[in-house]
Amino acid sequence: MNVAVAKTGNGRAVSDLFASAEGRLPGSPAVIAVRREAFETYERLGLPHRRIEEWKYTDLRALVGEVLPLAAAPDAAALKRAADAVKTQAIDGARKLVLVDGAFAADLSDVKALASEISVKTLRETLATDAGLLKTPSTDAVIALNAAMATDGVVLSIADGTQLSAPIQIIHIATAASASAFTRSQIVVGKGARATIIESFVAAGANAYQVNDAVIISVGDNADVAHIRLMDDAPDAVNITSQFVTVGANVKFNVFNMTTGAAVSRLQGFFTLAGEGSELSVNGVNLLQKTEHGDTTLVVDHAVPNCVSREVFRAVLDDRAHSVFQGRIIVRPDAQKTDGKMMIRALLLSDEAEAYNKPELEIFADDVSCGHGATAGALDDSLLFYLKARGLPEKQAQALLIQAFVGEAIEQIADDGLREHVIGIAERWLERRP
Amino acid sequence: MPAVQETVDRVKRIDVDQYRYGFETLIESDKAPKGLSEDTVKFISAKKNEPAWMLQWRLEAYRRWLTMTEPTWARVDYPKIDFQDLYYYSAPKPKKTINSLDEIDPEILKTYEKLGIPLREVAMLEGVEPKPGEQDPNRRKIAVDAVFDSVSVATTFQAELKKAGVIFMPISEAIREHPELVQKYLGSVVPTSDNFYATLNSAVFSDGSFVYVPPGVRCPMELSTYFRINERNTGQFERTLIIADKGSYVSYLEGCTAPQRDENQLHAAVVELVTHDDAEIKYSTVQNWYPGNSEGKGGIYNFVTKRGDCRGNNSKISWTQVETGSAITWKYPSCILRGDNSRGEFYSIAISNGHQQVDSGTKMIHLGKNTSSRIISKGIAAGKSQNTYRGLVTAHRKATGARNFTACDSLLIGDKCGAHTVPYIEAKNSSATFEHEATTSKISEDVLFYCIQRGLSQEEAVGLVVNGFVKDVLQQLPMEFAVEAQKLISISLEGSVG
Repeated sequence: MNVAVAKTGNGRAVSDLFASAEGRLPGSPAVIAVRREAFETYERLGLPHRRIEEWKYTDLRALVGEVLPLAAAPDAAALKRAADAVKTQAIDGARKLVLVDGAFAADLSDVKALASEISVKTLRETLATDAGLLKTPSTDAVIALNAAMATDGVVLSIADGTQLSAPIQIIHIATAASASAFTRSQIVVGKGARATIIESFVAAGANAYQVNDAVIISVGDNADVAHIRLMDDAPDAVNITSQFVTVGANVKFNVFNMTTGAAVSRLQGFFTLAGEGSELSVNGVNLLQKTEHGDTTLVVDHAVPNCVSREVFRAVLDDRAHSVFQGRIIVRPDAQKTDGKMMIRALLLSDEAEAYNKPELEIFADDVSCGHGATAGALDDSLLFYLKARGLPEKQAQALLIQAFVGEAIEQIADDGLREHVIGIAERWLERRP
Repeated sequence: MPAVQETVDRVKRIDVDQYRYGFETLIESDKAPKGLSEDTVKFISAKKNEPAWMLQWRLEAYRRWLTMTEPTWARVDYPKIDFQDLYYYSAPKPKKTINSLDEIDPEILKTYEKLGIPLREVAMLEGVEPKPGEQDPNRRKIAVDAVFDSVSVATTFQAELKKAGVIFMPISEAIREHPELVQKYLGSVVPTSDNFYATLNSAVFSDGSFVYVPPGVRCPMELSTYFRINERNTGQFERTLIIADKGSYVSYLEGCTAPQRDENQLHAAVVELVTHDDAEIKYSTVQNWYPGNSEGKGGIYNFVTKRGDCRGNNSKISWTQVETGSAITWKYPSCILRGDNSRGEFYSIAISNGHQQVDSGTKMIHLGKNTSSRIISKGIAAGKSQNTYRGLVTAHRKATGARNFTACDSLLIGDKCGAHTVPYIEAKNSSATFEHEATTSKISEDVLFYCIQRGLSQEEAVGLVVNGFVKDVLQQLPMEFAVEAQKLISISLEGSVG
């Protein structure tokens, strides 16, 4: 880490990164103390590197090198660019919440429409009185850094029994080049509620920026939630996202992640099944090209009996792209009758692409059915030949097979419209391939 | 699905309290002073009448070891080992110079008899009829190298092997008699700097087996080493080196036991295999070190580095292991697939019971073109044990056409144990095809349906199918060992989790 050390008033050393940002970080003095502690944790650990098992294949010291200074709050020109980006990114019918360079943009958001159904606050508001949201049970350096530096985020609370009439779309827009945005959001879904939440990450004219996002989701009993994340950051950006999800009993929680952007990306999801009878489905597709590095790391913790978890992931790797998938299913001693399955497949389109898969099982209960599978390989020559023999050009034949390959993950999205939207993203990525 | 009662009973039968090899042989022994220093290394080297280059090699390893720290990444938990509180060399005290097997201390002979290891080749050579039902008259001959604590006490069938050109002798003898071979190959697969325990072994190894099979020779019999730890507070550090020259074949078996003691004992072995063009080595292990008592007291710490190097084209190395003993197992028999079209195999059954902790698996490193590997691993955890499969499959950029198939299943018996799977799969070129699965769905529904339709219960049907599958692994063992292994595990694997 390339950080200069500065002395603060009370004599303790903190690096420039935090010292220069401190004045702009929202929160009461108590909150600032929490931030300082988190930053000290981060400083002690430094950026994760390959000697840390969880980061073995994503060495941020080598891939990222240093954390960029905090982005300035967006000015009028930036907001104008962001407004244009919102137009292209907005999903039909969804109610938007927009974060620009780590700051909530009320003018671009549909707060009023949302407020009729749920409680919407910003992280900034919450931190004026409460530091609770900055506390996450993790020793991970990037999560500690997020707690120290988070400038804003959305804090949503969906009351028990609420059936949302439209999806909520949280759009993260980067307009500032060579700067970092730290956001942290919380979504509380009440008992028996039904909601669809979409998160989008895009750039509006910015490049070489860094995003560090954290989302804390808790889902009450009998709720039904779909969570879709579409990450299409600039080709030279960095996106590190940490998700903490805890679900209650008899919940249906369906997660999908699509990665099509960023030079270096890592999505780390920590899922805890804390109530019986729940079904968790976590799926995703990483479409990577050039020298992109895409990492998906999951921990699915079956803490109680009688839950089902399913993970279906696909990675398509072109050029010199690297894909990492680490998935761990933990079955706690009492979590009998757990049914956990994980399937990861990587498709290598180029001789220089690399796929690293590490599916793990950690099982302490004896009456369970758990399994995982992982494959890596090229497109099937005989299938390609079959299609070409029927007159399809090479590229089209490949595209067809790739679509079928990623389709197995995409079809896990329950909502027809969103599924079509994601298929569209995959199709456009394939068209862009040379 | 939970294990059926039958399985539970069978596992109980081989539970740690049933350890049958826990007796101790009371003989006088010749020990190095306690602790580890350059003097210890020199003492061992002098005891073995080693040439200067060997002492130098050991000392370099020792100096490097001083700079290393113990690995902590494995899922095993044990108190810190005090490396100064161990004896690094212990040999049965020779009463006089030994010229034939008859002059070996009868106590040692008795020990091996008790263990069922045939050190006396006489009976077979003289064509004595085996008593009916006692021995199969068609039973193949096995040459045995018996290692007692730190030294080899007897190697059988040496004359017959010599006729075929096969060198099979204790490694301490090989260092003196075939220095050119030892110098060329020792440390070429597991370098002295490899890892903490391998480096320690390089500094203080006392004995082990050396095998060289010359070009084109198919070794006329199974070779076997039987390791026995007897002395208290003694670490056993053996080193095995097997070289299969062009077009040759050898099958090698290894067995191990130790007395029942309350304190833990350290066993840190290194095994190196080298195959040249078109050669094949088949290496089988039945590991049955003392696992500790039912409270988790005592037992062997088994920290072993085993690696095979398929140096030549079309060569093959196959590891088969049946792991039932040791308090802690830390062992990853690996294959470096360097030669084009070379092949690596790993078949493993690991059973843990009581408080045993197993962290075992394999590494398949694909470097040559069109290399292939197969991993079949079955873990069974019972009692309060933890059983981890940890494996690496990697294909380098130039390893075009690399193929791997991995299947690892585990079974838990009881709710106090744990079974874990940690595979690392690294594909660095697009023509590599890797398949990994760890799942119960391996048992085809069709087959189950077929069995159930014929009147078997669901459990019987699963037992039947899976048993057939385990037998495939057992069949990789040479016949003589398969019998022993089968005694250790006649366990079905129904209800396995990945």
